[in-house]
Amino acid sequence: MQTQLRIGVLYSRVRVEEKWIFGTLEKRGINYDLLNDRTIHFDLNNPAPWLQYDAVLERSISFNSGLYALRVLNSWGVPTVNRAAVAEICGDKLTTTALLNMNGIPQPRTAIAFTPEAALEAIESFGYPVVLKPVVGSWGRLLAKINDRDAAEAILEHKATLGSVQHSMFYIQEFIDKPGRDVRVIIVGDRVLTAMYRKSEHWITNTARGGAGEPCPITLDIEDISLRAAQAVGGGVLAVDLIEHPQRGLLVNEINHTMEFHTAQPISGIDIAGEIVAYTIEVAREKIAQQYLVHLEEFV
Amino acid sequence: MTSLPTILCPECSAEIGLESGTVIGEILVCPDCGVDLEVISLQPPAVELAPMEQEDWGE
Repeated sequence: MQTQLRIGVLYSRVRVEEKWIFGTLEKRGINYDLLNDRTIHFDLNNPAPWLQYDAVLERSISFNSGLYALRVLNSWGVPTVNRAAVAEICGDKLTTTALLNMNGIPQPRTAIAFTPEAALEAIESFGYPVVLKPVVGSWGRLLAKINDRDAAEAILEHKATLGSVQHSMFYIQEFIDKPGRDVRVIIVGDRVLTAMYRKSEHWITNTARGGAGEPCPITLDIEDISLRAAQAVGGGVLAVDLIEHPQRGLLVNEINHTMEFHTAQPISGIDIAGEIVAYTIEVAREKIAQQYLVHLEEFV
Repeated sequence: MTSLPTILCPECSAEIGLESGTVIGEILVCPDCGVDLEVISLQPPAVELAPMEQEDWGE
């Protein structure tokens, strides 16, 4: 029997991940629409066109477009993967750090400062080297490893003068001398699907910056910290990035809410796109079940 | 055998063949000049320069 579910897929660009997702939706006979975030608009007084969706899977490349779309959809009661609250947390490194701290999840020592002078003071209190990151950003872009005071002064001045206001939110992290790799853990719902090392000679190990993926065994420690981190930010379809500290063990570095998996899927052999689609269908069915219960209560 | 549809790179005029399975919204890289091209139509095949990467792009 063909399901009557209707799924929306919000996207910006069709990357290989989106092709896999569309292919799975086709294969499963799901009714779905492609929603290009550069061509759609939301009339906030007219939710009707959007209420046809039992769930919307958000795959926007733009954090802001994705987040605002999710906020609107959730405000109308349209379930999304992920939820706006999760995107809001994961898309902002400081918010992620705060939530992980609240939940006692180990992570690198971090500070936030709002002026170059205060940032310099925080950096000096950490000791060199430190890492400066934009609070919003991805793919390893605009990260700076600062080895001494001269570099700190120069980078802080450049960020304050040349960057947008957001670059004057100085997010400072201790530098961790990791073993030439970090660990990316893919989570769907309450399960760890797979994990992979991202290896690089460079201190930045993102695959977008040339890091090479290798299978990583899912140890109990990896599973435990990743699931706890995912729960702390609200759960869903997430990629938790872990750093192996030589003394303190696993630390959560960041969490991605619209993760790419063009490397993880082939090296793990796991159909991550299929799992994401299955999870989205599950979310859609929960909505339908809730609507049915409401109707039933009204009838009774 | 039918040949693959081709498009011309709007930047350097190189002739680029579209592989089967190409979809609208997909990004191609021109093999000659390296520019990113976005597929905007399949019938007829058409591309345009892909939008420049924005600061909030990512995963």
